[in-house]
Amino acid sequence: MAIIANLPARPGVGFKPAHFRDIIAAAQPIGFFEVHAENYMGAGGPPHAQLAALRERYALSVHGVGLSIGSMQPLDRDHLARLKVLCDRYEPESFSEHLAWSSHDGVYFNDLLPLPYTRQTLARVAEHIDEVQTALGREMLLENPSTYVCLTESAIPEVDFLAEVSERTGCGLLLDVNNVFVSAKNHGIEPLSYLESFPLDRVKEIHLGGHDEGVDDAGAPLLIDSHGSPVAKAVWALYAQVVARAGAIPTLIEWDNNVPDWRTLCGEAIAAHDILADASRASAA
Amino acid sequence: MSAPFETSFARALLDTAQPIPSGITAHNAAIPTGRFAVYRNNVAVSLVNALKSRFPVVEKIVGEEFFAAMARVFVLERPPRTPLLATYGDEFAAFIATFDPARELAYLADVARLEAARTRAYHAADATPFGVAEFAAVDASAVGGIRIDLHPSAEIVRSPHPIVTIWAMNSGERDLAPIENWHGEDALVVRPYLDVDVRLLPPGGAAFLLALAGARPLGEAAAAALADHPEFDLSRNLAGLIGSGLMRSIAVAEPEKNGLL
Repeated sequence: MAIIANLPARPGVGFKPAHFRDIIAAAQPIGFFEVHAENYMGAGGPPHAQLAALRERYALSVHGVGLSIGSMQPLDRDHLARLKVLCDRYEPESFSEHLAWSSHDGVYFNDLLPLPYTRQTLARVAEHIDEVQTALGREMLLENPSTYVCLTESAIPEVDFLAEVSERTGCGLLLDVNNVFVSAKNHGIEPLSYLESFPLDRVKEIHLGGHDEGVDDAGAPLLIDSHGSPVAKAVWALYAQVVARAGAIPTLIEWDNNVPDWRTLCGEAIAAHDILADASRASAA
Repeated sequence: MSAPFETSFARALLDTAQPIPSGITAHNAAIPTGRFAVYRNNVAVSLVNALKSRFPVVEKIVGEEFFAAMARVFVLERPPRTPLLATYGDEFAAFIATFDPARELAYLADVARLEAARTRAYHAADATPFGVAEFAAVDASAVGGIRIDLHPSAEIVRSPHPIVTIWAMNSGERDLAPIENWHGEDALVVRPYLDVDVRLLPPGGAAFLLALAGARPLGEAAAAALADHPEFDLSRNLAGLIGSGLMRSIAVAEPEKNGLL
């Protein structure tokens, strides 16, 4: 694999076109921008004009949401080819995707759907990641999902599954701390116990985002990964513990729905910056 | 696993009459109906939202609630076949035309066609429009034989309803007002640079541009336009062609092959 992920260990922000003018108007305290790959697969127009302008000024992370790596069905080769074109054109510092599936029999569901964790699915996911890394000529990062249900077929803990996929394929990991919090609460476990055995040395990017709170049929908490609000206090605390243990890691603020103004979003990135700076000082001391 | 797991999961996502697939539980032994509903809801709502962002004028006309209900039927019947959601909804106009509750709004499907063309133009390949000076440099005797390659973003939407006026009034480009003289309008959608333009074509303009898009020489295209509408005005349409950044390039025929004008 030719190109290794190398985002700067600073805060980054998920790019929204509504912020383009504000972002370009002045230098921003942002280490990198992340875009959803599928929004930049048209032939031309404003999306590419904006992405080219951002790319000139900042490090870039391309984050796929449609490759369906966790499916037992073959990868969509056309889609993989489009990702290759995009990565070759913009040469991002990182490409990442999810441990989830989103297409089946040619239908695209536009959601990150859960897969059971078994020897068989592990082998399949590893094959898919090999295929992606070979096609793109670069390392990819695999992100832990938010989940809402348990699958009886699952025989391997999620953390072990991610660790083994990473070991087998050489892919890096993208640790979504909000997803850890959401999934842990949804499955009645402590987020810290999930993180205890997480291979932080493989983590090359962190995601932070907001979630919604609901309840399931039994009245138990059911958190939903909605990316429509500020990062929750408990998620900030968990994040601080992660970087205290692992050191500074590139950290993305994701806010995809009810998108706030640029200043508010930037404020979230500055909050991440402060925590990263503490972690850097601690590891230097 | 697990292809059967995926298959039953996928089927239950789009068909809410299906039971929750077996093999799905929750730590607290709750019946996971509400939990599975999160996935069903994510799929339906995110795809309805994709249509909302592509068809804002259709939504403005019918209202949020009607639009969401109509879009949901479309989403469940015709989910996307690609992760490129910018292209999702190319069939939405045809669906609206057959959607019984919207039957009274005969123009709605054509407004949706116009909005779909706008998104395609937004994402179309970039090309620098051919300039006035280059066009003026063509020898007058050769004009009839030239072939004009239209801008890659250009689309023509013809309608028996005043769709350009309706679109403009509901997108904030013009004030809302009753439309007194209800007549057909043809729209040109083009993005010469970064902004997508929607223009009302003059009489015969659509036939003229469609002939040019079909690689017919200018003289033949003008004849086709005149046949389509007796008020077709060539110089007005040529000015529009140049002024709207609609030409990508022109090819001048060899003089001996050109006896049209």
